[in-house]
Amino acid sequence: MNAINDFVVRFANVNGSGSASANRLFARAILRMGVPVSARNIFPSNIQGLPTWFEVRVSEAGHRARRGGADLVVAMNPQTWEQDVAAIEPGGYLLYDSTKPLPASKFRTDVTVIGVPLTELCRSASWEAREHQILKNVAYVGALSALLDIDVAELDRLISEQFRGKARLVAPNLEALRMGREYALAHTPCPIGLRVARSSAAGDRVLLEGDSAAALGCVYGGATVAAWYPITPSTALAEAFGRYCRRYRVDPGTGRHRYAIVQAEDELAAIGVVVGAAWNGARAFTATSGPGISLMQEFIGLAYFAEVPAVIFDVQRGGPSTGMPTRTQQADLLSCAYASHGDTKHVLLFPEDPRETFEFAALAFDLADRLQTPIFVMMDLDIGMNEWLCAPLAWDDARRMDRGKVMAAAELEAGKPFARYRDVDGDGIPYRTYPGTHPTRGSFTSRGTTKDPQARYSEDGPVYVGNMQRLLRKFETAKRLVPEPVQRAAARPTRHGVIYFGSTAAAMLEAVEILERQGILLDAMRVRAFPFHESVRQFIAAHDRVFTVEQNRDGQLRMLLINEDGVDPSRLVPVLHYDGTPITARFIAREIASRFQVVGAVASGG
Amino acid sequence: MTYIPKPGFRHPGAAVNAIGYARRDYEGAVSTLCAGCGHDSISAAIVQACFELDLPPHRVAKLSGIGCSSKTPAYFLGQSHGFNGVHGRMPSMLTGANLANRDLIYLGVSGDGDSASIGLGQFAHCMRRCVNMVYIVENNGVYGLTKGQFSATADEGAVKKDGAVNPESPIDLVALALQLGATFVARSFSGDREQLVPLVKAAITHRGAAFIDCISPCVAFNNHAGSTKSFDYVREHNEAVNRLDVIVGRGEITAAYAPGEVEEIVQHDGSILRLRKLAAEYDPRDRVAAMTYLEERKAAGEIVTGVLYVAPDARDLHDHLETVETPLNQLGDEELCPGADALAAFNAGLR
Ligand SMILES: Cc1ncc(C[n+]2csc(CCOP(=O)(O)OP(=O)(O)O)c2C)c(N)n1
Ligand code: SF4
Ligand SMILES: [Mg+2]
Repeated sequence: MNAINDFVVRFANVNGSGSASANRLFARAILRMGVPVSARNIFPSNIQGLPTWFEVRVSEAGHRARRGGADLVVAMNPQTWEQDVAAIEPGGYLLYDSTKPLPASKFRTDVTVIGVPLTELCRSASWEAREHQILKNVAYVGALSALLDIDVAELDRLISEQFRGKARLVAPNLEALRMGREYALAHTPCPIGLRVARSSAAGDRVLLEGDSAAALGCVYGGATVAAWYPITPSTALAEAFGRYCRRYRVDPGTGRHRYAIVQAEDELAAIGVVVGAAWNGARAFTATSGPGISLMQEFIGLAYFAEVPAVIFDVQRGGPSTGMPTRTQQADLLSCAYASHGDTKHVLLFPEDPRETFEFAALAFDLADRLQTPIFVMMDLDIGMNEWLCAPLAWDDARRMDRGKVMAAAELEAGKPFARYRDVDGDGIPYRTYPGTHPTRGSFTSRGTTKDPQARYSEDGPVYVGNMQRLLRKFETAKRLVPEPVQRAAARPTRHGVIYFGSTAAAMLEAVEILERQGILLDAMRVRAFPFHESVRQFIAAHDRVFTVEQNRDGQLRMLLINEDGVDPSRLVPVLHYDGTPITARFIAREIASRFQVVGAVASGG
Repeated sequence: MTYIPKPGFRHPGAAVNAIGYARRDYEGAVSTLCAGCGHDSISAAIVQACFELDLPPHRVAKLSGIGCSSKTPAYFLGQSHGFNGVHGRMPSMLTGANLANRDLIYLGVSGDGDSASIGLGQFAHCMRRCVNMVYIVENNGVYGLTKGQFSATADEGAVKKDGAVNPESPIDLVALALQLGATFVARSFSGDREQLVPLVKAAITHRGAAFIDCISPCVAFNNHAGSTKSFDYVREHNEAVNRLDVIVGRGEITAAYAPGEVEEIVQHDGSILRLRKLAAEYDPRDRVAAMTYLEERKAAGEIVTGVLYVAPDARDLHDHLETVETPLNQLGDEELCPGADALAAFNAGLR
């Protein structure tokens, strides 16, 4: 196997063995050489002991999705040896700890086996015993640097940066790196068929996790109140918000905080705090996952009917609570789109990667204030907890928060009429006031739906219906305000289309290219929000058949399209991936190609 | 049910307070509760307390859960914003509201079902978080709004209107509040206006989590023989530990208490609580003693009322979170958004 800047390395480790930071070191060194990489952690719901994998895809072409398969496996976990060895592409490579000899039957003949006695190397060093485990990981990174021709100076620099201020740790790490590298150089012809060559393809792109990006987006978007309850994979988001607030939101004069974070007793309280804060004029959010969304249902309904802005990040994982907490899915669309009892519909945003998560996080607060309703940012574990190569984050300093229709004391004083739930502009969005604004004007009591346009108590049927109709008008307005879909036309006109969203984007774009090479042409549309923009219906109408690619079992986006846009179900062909691992380009291409074979439409192009 | 506004007429001779408001300006819509419901007396006490404290009504925010009790915010402080939330979850909403704007006064109104049953968790956690608020439970031992089922504060052996006897032991929210870290804990009775008005005033001037358990008989479902929350039962078993006077900002002390009986507690903001001690051994600054006393009197079949505990130097959630003095909801782009340069530096760290 020969490949330059285009291969997949899979690390098979044991959870809690300290492998994650060594693996990230490996990925970052490649990025420092200007070569695009993306990294994915596949880990169990466990702190120590269970198998965990880390996959690095090196791609000069900039493909960011999981490709499927592995060209080089670093097998550090005896428990998963068989499956790890089996995953190697024919002609690929296996790197393992050869301290203890293994029988030939343990290996494959069509794979190049490279043994490095990592345990023994570490034993011979002067480090403390408890450091052996961690440094063993650094030693295999050293060996890889020789095997793959990675510039060791980049690794040295990264180690020095990582342990800045902890000088004591630099020397053993550098030593471990050197040991692994020198052993490989002495015992294996280096480099092997897989190689990293300096490039400019990565440009100014950055490597970033979605949870961090979302948290930073909340800081930039002006969030001041956060309430949350720990749950994988959203915990890192709330924790990152705290970190960034300590960095960016401390009053320089007094040292006091321009933010408040409450780790609530449960998700019911977390959303309650958010609703209370947002009602009172602060920008507030919570971050959770599916089980938390289930607990929040009642409050989400109240926020919808009382028209309280609230931002909810759902970092989706496999359901239910004892489901697959460390695996990725896009399976909460329906439970968020129609969250709560009664007639409710909510705005959902679907970021494709951490960069867009940053943007949508900040945008969500503007939308929540403008529309006076809960906004869901639908992330998933793949986006949230993995490092993605993204365009650098950008911010326009001229941008200002859009606080929406808030009537100020001066307007009330000047006699501007105020009725909390009256549609004065025809867009379904009424005016609100913050509590405490004016001594005699603009106060009201918020409650569910038993109210008239002045927010006075009413159980009158026509009044109720009028209010519900206004909420529908507001939802129509939302279609114009949410991010539009992104379209990519096929090389030539085609009757086939594909609709996809969220973290599927990276794999989908690659799959479109693969299919194009096979003569299957697809127009592609990435949906970025619910309710759907008018162009979505037009796109579907313009094609005979539209594949809907999703990471859930039931085709939840497809259901929303059918339900909300009245699309003929037979035109929408579901392509579904839901085993908990991130969807791959190979999977999508294979699935779509197989449908063409059935219909016999291959290469028609039309 | 329809909304009945009160006529806007104010008697020309009506007394006004120091900021020019009449008592009327603190009232709300006409109550739709049952005639004689204890909850209405509590609303009246809140109106009187705010009037006497010279509070601008719009600087108070009223939050409640669901129940007859939780409806009452519509019947007082008509110039204040209110939020009638979901059952048992007022504490979290109030916590959020308080974080958004530390400058308002927060009045949380709840029922015994709302706080001791469905909302017990939120009740507990907002007490231990020391949210600066007045939290009143209008305690009738039943679910009034759903027609008289026992609530979790109903005493063991209490008899329901239909004759059913409560076999479960009661939750005493006062004991819980003491244990959980509330910094002002009191109990009163809706029928004892003289005690209740100063208690509400004291709770409002207290900076911290102020809890009042107010026994409030339900005339529809819990005011019969065999009920331990009826007017007659509470009057007979009431054991007041003190009588209270509130003096805001160290004003002239006028109350005519005999020396030796009076204890003064100076709070954080300089307001003075003057307690006329009825039970000589009772010290409201000693939390452990308060808990012991409460249990002793309970064992003797008495309901202790009055200020049971007050921590004069209480700290609240904003102190703990070290938030800025400016309310968070008033911070603008300048204060909140780090800007493009900071983002460029952030990007540089990600390569
Ligand atoms: C989630 C939910 N469950 C049940 C109810 C029905 N419900 C309304 S009020 C109430 C009990 C109220 O009791 P309490 O708080 O003691 O108020 P009271 O009416 O006695 O003043 C119940 C069970 C509800 N509104 N929401
Ligand atoms: S049912 Fe009971 S609690 Fe409800 S209004 Fe009537 S008397 Fe009051
Ligand atoms: Mg009750």
